[in-house]
Amino acid sequence: MTRPRPRWPRAAWSIALVATGGALLVFLVLPLLGLVSATRGDDFVAGLRHPLVWPALRLSLFTTTVSLAAVVALGTPLAWLLARGRSRALRVVETLVHLPVVIPPAVAGVAMLLAFGRRGLLGALYPDGWSVVFTTAAVILAEVFVSAPFYVLAAVSAFRRLDERYLVVARTLGASPARVFARVALPLAAPALVSGAAMSWARSLGEFGATLMFAGNLTGRTQTLPLAIYTAFESDMRAAQALSLVLVVVAFGLLLVVRAGAARGPEAAR
Amino acid sequence: MTHTRRSRIAIVIALAAAAVAGCKGKESAPAPTKETAKPPGELTVFAASSLREAFLDLEQAFSAAHPDVQITFNFAGTQELRAQIEHGAAVDVFAAADSKHMKELATAGAVVDPVVFARNEPVVVVARDRAAALTAFADLPKAARIVIGVPDVPIGRYTDQILGNAGSKLGAAVKAAIEAKIVSRELNVRQVLAKVSLGEADAGIVYRTDAVTAADKVAVVAIPPEINVVAEYPIAVLKAAPNTALAHAWLALVLSAAGQELLTKRGFLPAAAVAAAGGTQQTP
Repeated sequence: MTRPRPRWPRAAWSIALVATGGALLVFLVLPLLGLVSATRGDDFVAGLRHPLVWPALRLSLFTTTVSLAAVVALGTPLAWLLARGRSRALRVVETLVHLPVVIPPAVAGVAMLLAFGRRGLLGALYPDGWSVVFTTAAVILAEVFVSAPFYVLAAVSAFRRLDERYLVVARTLGASPARVFARVALPLAAPALVSGAAMSWARSLGEFGATLMFAGNLTGRTQTLPLAIYTAFESDMRAAQALSLVLVVVAFGLLLVVRAGAARGPEAAR
Repeated sequence: MTHTRRSRIAIVIALAAAAVAGCKGKESAPAPTKETAKPPGELTVFAASSLREAFLDLEQAFSAAHPDVQITFNFAGTQELRAQIEHGAAVDVFAAADSKHMKELATAGAVVDPVVFARNEPVVVVARDRAAALTAFADLPKAARIVIGVPDVPIGRYTDQILGNAGSKLGAAVKAAIEAKIVSRELNVRQVLAKVSLGEADAGIVYRTDAVTAADKVAVVAIPPEINVVAEYPIAVLKAAPNTALAHAWLALVLSAAGQELLTKRGFLPAAAVAAAGGTQQTP
């Protein structure tokens, strides 16, 4: 009795961790379980045959691929600038880049209409009678807007975590700044960049509000998978569930592949 | 210039809020409550989104007669409200924008004796800068971009019926010419209105009640009666209504002359004026 349980606090700690963490895990998984359990096998097959599915899936894969390419191509240089620069103005820029994360997507859609719409800021530049709104390009613009921050912010923190000594050594060995970036910084940061790109891609795959406001909803042209799901929900709950399951499975599979790829990189993605 | 831009931004944001509300639909607007006295009754009304303004008007009339009653509204899409009722939401009165869902609820025994209390007529709305060019339904092929509702929501289904009627009355070429100009099928009627109000689309088809709310942004073109269809709005007391007496009081108000006048003010056709509306009878 005098030597009170030296192992008990540690056990309690483990139990507390598992209980609290487990509660959140159950909460996160339960809706997915609901989705899976509510969708019978033949519903799923019927859902896949729903006329909205394939055009939407094809459009979603096409637009998210293009928007991801744009985000990586344009976002990597911006992230490098933000990570290496010391200017205070860059901190403001970094906050600006954060903004789309906190703006509700529908508001983002309205803002994009006011910027790129026929009567928006750039509207005067459009040829007569033309506007980007209601085109597939509008879907891509909306996806880039909402998903770019996820990649850029991940890339900034990856570049900041680089061991400065590698970059300095490369410079003293005569490598140009461009070469240091391409041959030293990029390979070292690659796993984290891939993981950021995956998050960004997942965000644009799920994008709904801004697309609806800015691009509209037309099968094959602007109706992405989330819009098709919402459309189907209006008339056919089972088709909507099956479509949702398709989206979850596609997203989960691709994230898994990407994360596995990232983990095999020289430095584990975090 | 700056002034018009600012007012346009305000309108856009208001429309977006309305659109998002119509789309997410979970919003409920509790009536202002008396802080101290416990209300002798609570009335829960589920109503289609398009009834929002009219029912808020009716609430004032109702509260004048029943000052101690607390009214809670849930405005959302008819289909969504029906799903909530089927999943056991405690509701006294259900007002739908569409007879189909009400009939199915009546068949299932969830509601008692639905009656049609209002009618709503689809109209063409035209962006202000195109109003001079598009003054009749038959001008629609001249529009560069048309938005309509998706076929899965009532306004989209009515629009498809109207286009079908146009095909048989005005010729298949007119119908095809209109359909070629459709650039988006929006998920709810407020989204259609928003795209036209913003000038992104030249024209769209919405209910007259929606057009009334944006009278300063869009021009309204009536659809010829031989082409148009008229939406029926049924209302019913729930079989499981927690407060049947108040529910019937609400129904009585809605069907009274005063109630019908308030509805008419918001663009609805009164329940009795079927023949006057002249439209094809519509029972989806």
